[in-house]
Order: sequence, then structure tokens, then C-alpha cells
Amino acid sequence: MKTVLYGPRGKELIIGDDVPTVIIGERINPFGKNGIKEALEKRDIDPILRVAEEQISDGADALNISVGAFGIDETSVLPFVVENITKRFDVPLCLESRNPLAIKRALDIGCGKPLINSVSGETHVMEGLLPIIKAYKTAVVLIASDGKGIPKDSDSRLKIIKDILEQTDRENIPREDIIVDAIVDSVALNAKAALNTFETMKMVKREWNLNLILGASNISYGLPQRSFINIVFLSTAINYGLTCAITNPRILKPYIMASDLIAGKDVLARRYISFCKALKSR
Amino acid sequence: MDQYFLNLMADLREQEVLDLTKEKIASGVDHLEILDSARAAMEIVGKRFEVGEYFLPDLIMAGEILRGVSELVKPYIKQKEETKKKGRVIIATVEGDIHDIGKDIVVFMLDVNGYEVYDLGVDVPAKRIVEKIKDVSPQVVGLSGFLTLAFDAMKKTVEEIERAGLRDVIKIMIGGGQIDERVREYVKADAYGKDAIAAVNLCKKWI
Repeated sequence: MKTVLYGPRGKELIIGDDVPTVIIGERINPFGKNGIKEALEKRDIDPILRVAEEQISDGADALNISVGAFGIDETSVLPFVVENITKRFDVPLCLESRNPLAIKRALDIGCGKPLINSVSGETHVMEGLLPIIKAYKTAVVLIASDGKGIPKDSDSRLKIIKDILEQTDRENIPREDIIVDAIVDSVALNAKAALNTFETMKMVKREWNLNLILGASNISYGLPQRSFINIVFLSTAINYGLTCAITNPRILKPYIMASDLIAGKDVLARRYISFCKALKSR
Repeated sequence: MDQYFLNLMADLREQEVLDLTKEKIASGVDHLEILDSARAAMEIVGKRFEVGEYFLPDLIMAGEILRGVSELVKPYIKQKEETKKKGRVIIATVEGDIHDIGKDIVVFMLDVNGYEVYDLGVDVPAKRIVEKIKDVSPQVVGLSGFLTLAFDAMKKTVEEIERAGLRDVIKIMIGGGQIDERVREYVKADAYGKDAIAAVNLCKKWI
């Protein structure tokens, strides 16, 4: 399956099996210690643009934008951030919100063809977001959780995805525009967390051959030296068909390049070699 | 207090702790003394967690060991003592939110620390929490939530508790990924906790 995203001025990004694993930069969110939350509160765009620029130069193919936090009005702050980033960079976006009005206002600015992250199996989420996704012809992440939480087993996760797919089919949202997040818990408390996710990914591939996305940070919650775990997790996930990762490109880019090479996605190591050359000249 | 036992447990050496517990029981050591040492060890575990020396799985491991020790001494506990819990705590993830990992750890840690915990689950409406308060008269109510929208549900829950005339007889603690002092103020809870250790410490302070 091939999903195509566009930046505000037409920059194309292809997500699929035969192309490099796409990295969506995760750092524009209010939960880190990088000053983004304060910047969002004060509507100070400079630190946000700086983080956007850093991620792009670190090798992000797209940028995730998440602004929802206590005391921040998504319906005005999300459009504010999207407007400023699109003015400055021709980069495809991934809008992380469940607020239909915030998403709609951001889309009205015109940011190309972004990815909306995410639609769960909860009725009110589907009803709120799917019509907008259809009307604006965006791509969308379907996430394997519902009103009862994140199921532990892969069968229940597959069932949720199946239910959401029924709704997206009904709305005539093309399957190419759908990316599935098989979702992962921390391995700190659930030893089988990653295995459940991989199993779900295999099933989604087999059933519908859809593109697969994952965030890399949940897996290591509550553990020391989290990047060791994140790196191995994402690298392994690539072998289970992951085509798109929401992560920090500064840390993960080299490993994703190497994983693509190992997974047979980089013939004669063209991309890997040029990446290493660029590293050297830095 | 047995310092050797205490250190073994604080270092999470499960098998050695359990073996030593059996030995102690066999040689007639008072079970209350064993439990005292075990709980003192939990304090140290909590402190190590707070300073970043221990991690989430260590915390659960410590809880498992404490549970194991408690199981071993259980047959020797007189009925009257057994029913004597330290206090009653209601825990719930508020309406509209389904996150349960943090809540479950809090429930587990309170339980192994000797509190009677009523876990109402996730997506719990304010009304059900109020009913449960009337039902079991807890000293503490813990509200959990990860999503931003959970803060409104928490606020609403506190208001409902107030409306039912129960606010003055209980303490309310809140917790969840993004919670800080500003959220506590907004929700009008008595305190917020960063993790399960904080929840246990709050209950110790209040009960």
C-alpha cells in the first residue's frame, strides 16, 4: 500500500513498503522538557520553529504537531502553530488531536495533505473526525484502542481496526490514506507488550496490507536508558512491516537507516552510504 | 527490626527474603516484627525510586516480594488483626478517560502497603464515585486521568462530592501524566501525586 502526503507547497512524501521508512519528528509536543509547553502558552513561535528546523535537519520527513495540554486551547493554538510552520517550511505534517474543530481550523489554513493522528474505535471520535478527513482528503491514523482502553491481545486490537475500517469505507475514505497504529504498552510492566504489537501488525498486514505506524516512546516508559529500548523496538518493528515511525530523528535516524538496509529496502546501500558521508562532513 | 532482612528486601532479593521469612517463622519470630521490617524496606524502595535509582519494574518487584512475605505470615495472623487495614481508599480513572496503567500501579502499591483499596476501574462517572463514598466511607479518594479532558471530569467529580456534603470528611488526591499544581488548583483536590510512591505517602500522611 502506498500513502502519499504533501507539504503546504507540494512537497511529496511516500509511505510504503518499497520506500524508506518515514520518520515523523515527535518533538513538537507540550510534554517534554524542551520549552515547547511554555512557548505554546505564550504563543511564542520561535522556539517551536527552532525545534521544527532541528528535526528537519536531523532527518525528519514530516513533523508531528501536538499542542493539547491543560490550559492550552487547541482550537486556536493548533492553527497558530500550523500556520507558522507552513509559512516557513514545505514539510508534510501530522496533526495529533482528537478535537474536530482544532483539526478543521488547522486544515483551513492549507497545509497540503497531512496525516491526522488519530481515530480510535470510540463512536464520538469517529463521528467527529471522519467527516473532516473525508472532506479535506487527508490521510489518517487508525489506532487500536476504544472506549474500554487498549486491548492486551492482538485479536481484540484487530477487531477494533476492522470496526473503524467499516466506518472509513462507509465514508469512502480510500484505503491508501489509512495507516494503522497497532499501539504498544510499556515493557516495564508487560513483558509481552511488544510481542502483542508485532502480532497485531502481522495480522493487519495479512488482512488488509495497510501501512503501519508506531510511536517509539511508550515502549520504554518507566525504564532507564530509554533510547536503547526505543532503538531496538523500532528496528524490530520495521521487520514486521512498520513503514512510518513517530520519533526523535536525532537519535533514531541512523538506526532506521541501518534497519532499512537490513530489511532489504536499500539496494546497494545507496541511502545508507550517503547518510554516513553526510554524517562525516558534519 | 532486622537490618539484614530489611536490606535484603530493599535490594529486591526475592528468594533470599522469602527463605529468611520462612526461617524466621519456623524459629518463632513474631510475624508483626517481620511485617514491620518488610514495610520499612518498602520505604527504602520508595526513596530509591524517587531519586531515580529504582524504576517502575523494581517497584512492582518490591510489591511482589511484600505480597509474598505477607502470604507466608498470613496463617499466623489472628483474625482480629487481619481485618485491621490501615484505611480505606477509593481509586478511579475519571469519566472520559481510559488510561489504567498508572492507576493500577497505585492500586497495587496501596494494597500491598496495607490499605483497603476499592478500585472502580476506568471511565467512572462522578455519580458512581459519590455512591461508593457513601457506601464505604473512605478516608481518601484518588482520581486518575491522563487526558487533558480528564481534568474537567476530575473537577466535576470534586464538585459532585462537595454537593453530596462529603467533601469535608475525605481527602482527595489526583494523579496522571500531566498533572501539576495548577491542575490541582483547578480541580480543587487536596493534593496531587507524581507516582505511586507519592500516593502511598499521601495516604500515610492523611490516615
